[in-house]
Amino acid sequence: MKAWFRTGTPWIWLNAGAIALSLVMVLGVLGLITVQGASHFWPADLQQVKLTKADGSTQVLLAELVRTEEVSATVLKDSGIKLEQQAEFYQRHLLKMGNRDLYGRDFSWYLEPQLSDWSQPQDAIVIERREWGNFYGFPLRLLQEGQVVAEGDKLWPELQQRIARANEIYQQIALIEKGDIGRINKKLEALRLAEKKLQLAAADDATMQAHKAEAAVEKAALDTEYAALQQQLEQLYAATKRDVLLVRSAEGKELEISLGNIVHAHFPNAMSTTDKLLHYVAAIWNFLSDEPREANTEGGIFPAIFGTVTMVILMSIIVTPFGVLAAIYLREYAKDGPLLRVIRISVYNLAGVPSIVYGVFGLGFFVYIMGGSIDALFYPESLPAPTFGTPGLFWASLTLALLTLPVVIVSTEEGLSRIPSTIRMGSLALGATKSETLWKVVVPLATPAMMTGLILAIARAAGEVAPLMLVGVVKLAPTLPVDGNFPFVHLDQKIMHLGFHVYDVGFQSPNVEASRPLLYATALVLVILIMVLNLAAIQLRNRLREKYRSESD
Amino acid sequence: MTQQQMILNDAELNLANEKIKLEVNDLRLYYGDSLALKNINLRIPEKRVTAFIGPSGCGKSTLLRCFNRMNDLVDICRIEGKILMDGQNIYDKKVDVAELRRQVGMVFQKPNPFPKTIYENVAYGLRLQGVKDRRVLDEVVETSLKGAALWNEVKDRLHDNAFGLSGGQQQRLVIARAIAIEPEVLLLDEPASALDPISTLKIEELIYELKDKYTIVIVTHNMQQAARVSDYTAFMYMGDLIEFDATNKMFTNPSQQQTEDYITGRFG
Repeated sequence: MKAWFRTGTPWIWLNAGAIALSLVMVLGVLGLITVQGASHFWPADLQQVKLTKADGSTQVLLAELVRTEEVSATVLKDSGIKLEQQAEFYQRHLLKMGNRDLYGRDFSWYLEPQLSDWSQPQDAIVIERREWGNFYGFPLRLLQEGQVVAEGDKLWPELQQRIARANEIYQQIALIEKGDIGRINKKLEALRLAEKKLQLAAADDATMQAHKAEAAVEKAALDTEYAALQQQLEQLYAATKRDVLLVRSAEGKELEISLGNIVHAHFPNAMSTTDKLLHYVAAIWNFLSDEPREANTEGGIFPAIFGTVTMVILMSIIVTPFGVLAAIYLREYAKDGPLLRVIRISVYNLAGVPSIVYGVFGLGFFVYIMGGSIDALFYPESLPAPTFGTPGLFWASLTLALLTLPVVIVSTEEGLSRIPSTIRMGSLALGATKSETLWKVVVPLATPAMMTGLILAIARAAGEVAPLMLVGVVKLAPTLPVDGNFPFVHLDQKIMHLGFHVYDVGFQSPNVEASRPLLYATALVLVILIMVLNLAAIQLRNRLREKYRSESD
Repeated sequence: MTQQQMILNDAELNLANEKIKLEVNDLRLYYGDSLALKNINLRIPEKRVTAFIGPSGCGKSTLLRCFNRMNDLVDICRIEGKILMDGQNIYDKKVDVAELRRQVGMVFQKPNPFPKTIYENVAYGLRLQGVKDRRVLDEVVETSLKGAALWNEVKDRLHDNAFGLSGGQQQRLVIARAIAIEPEVLLLDEPASALDPISTLKIEELIYELKDKYTIVIVTHNMQQAARVSDYTAFMYMGDLIEFDATNKMFTNPSQQQTEDYITGRFG
């Protein structure tokens, strides 16, 4: 035994054990969010089941079985449920019944003994709607302006065709509302601001009159354009209402669903595995590319992905030059002494400041003081409505840049200090000045180290939530920060962010059960996004390393 | 007459027929409070190879670095006295150090190519001077590499990374880089000490060829090397210049006992 200890084998086991434990934890986290997040998109079968209520009446339910768990009899008794059998544990099922417009809630728990006669009817349909969540039931007839156009076998192909048409119209509407009308509104606002600017500048009457006349002409043109668009919109809205699907819910209620309200429909019980797989892929794609609906409990997360990426890129653009320049000064030019030591310790310790503190600082200094000053100087005409004096993309990026600055400085400094002095000497001996040596030889050699700093910065920034809540991230941003209107990137706009989206869906959601899978899926997307950003940066660093291959790195 | 003044007697030193390139007058160099070079007086002839020998820590590399003011980079280093190049004091306030270093090239102990291609390494000095003409660069790169006896080995891979070369090739590349900007003086600080015997031989042959065009000052630990490549030799000990003379005389009939002891291997 003693000899075994002396060989050092126990240490190897201890070290290997630590690694194994770390691996298990990492894989556990990834596994959990992957399984929970990814399974949401698989089209679950619809179960038709008979519910026997406490008073003996029965009701037919059509629902997805979400999950089953065991509860002890005492818990059930405590919550006031009368039990006939004397078992110690009861199974209970969580059913997603959809049809929020009919039942008021779409998730419900039922005890196993209450449910009987499970079956999977082939003609049960799932209709994903823009409002009221999913509908589960049976399709009856397709109506066009009150006239039946298809039923029975012909219903399904006709329905699919008409849903596609309705979706196309819906997209046109979105395009007009967000694109054209948004553009007209911006121009009208610009006209109003231009007039106010003249007023503020105390322009003389002649200029004022000239401007007013000009503006009136422009405004009239915009108004006619707007009216035309409005008319077009009305036509499109009418067109979406043309078709109506008549459906029956499980307990026999009939209701009409306008095709304009339908995103997607499918018969899960009749689908083959291939169909389900196709549906699965399409559902994941929709999740990634769509906008959220119903208070973030449905739809996709595209604006959040876009916002996160935009913010991280902007942060990188801000933090890299700042951090690199600061590090170069600290390492190459600053005279060694107590002051430098204090500065260096301060910079290193900035990395340990809780991120919410940065958020408070960002709000207090960047948003209110800097943003307020910018508004007063450059946008006085739009006051009291703030332009930059309110949380927004730029301030969020700037705050995160500040947060990650120490990481970049420390890595760059380390990289610079690792460049062998012989290389600097070689350059100086050829008649290069200090700055020439720095920019032509030393800094290029240190770029891999800078990239390491940037990678760490990106990893930290992309996952940060707390400071962002204060400086520019919102639950639902009406438009993306990048669009076709000049100046294309809108730094003053509020953005959505995956990390905050996870927080919002997890804690602020009105519909806990509906948002639970989305929570995992969003977390998974966030992890993957950070991985992708990191891998891209690492790839770049490896290429730089290859280029500047030397013993120094 | 003091010992130093005796050494400076031209006729005795066979310096009578030489043109003097560098002249060191009463040079004293301090590292902080300690005196590293004690009142050095020395003349280095043009287009000859002058070797500095002496035990480790004797100050020969420090003296070498005085010629292109590399010691300026050391904060605690302080210099008194003069070094004249063609009659101009290089420690004069008016002297542009970068310009001086263009005239006085240097090759270090360990090969230190830049993390660039072979071509860009050689062209570096010219690019610093603002030369952009591709034809001029191509020509200088070729002549410099030929001058450093490296052209035949690298002409097909000029745009490969310089780190792919062997140690000996890297050292010759560094020499090519130094002669590309056509310096007047070439300082070699133990240029072959990190190399294998064959590479060392090549460097020595190269030094022999280069002395037609450049004034070469070489620091070496290797007594045979000093004897083989140099025309003049300076022996230093503990910051003092003990003896300076034509290499032939120095290695056959040194005038100082210390020199003889060192050369014959009795100490150091």
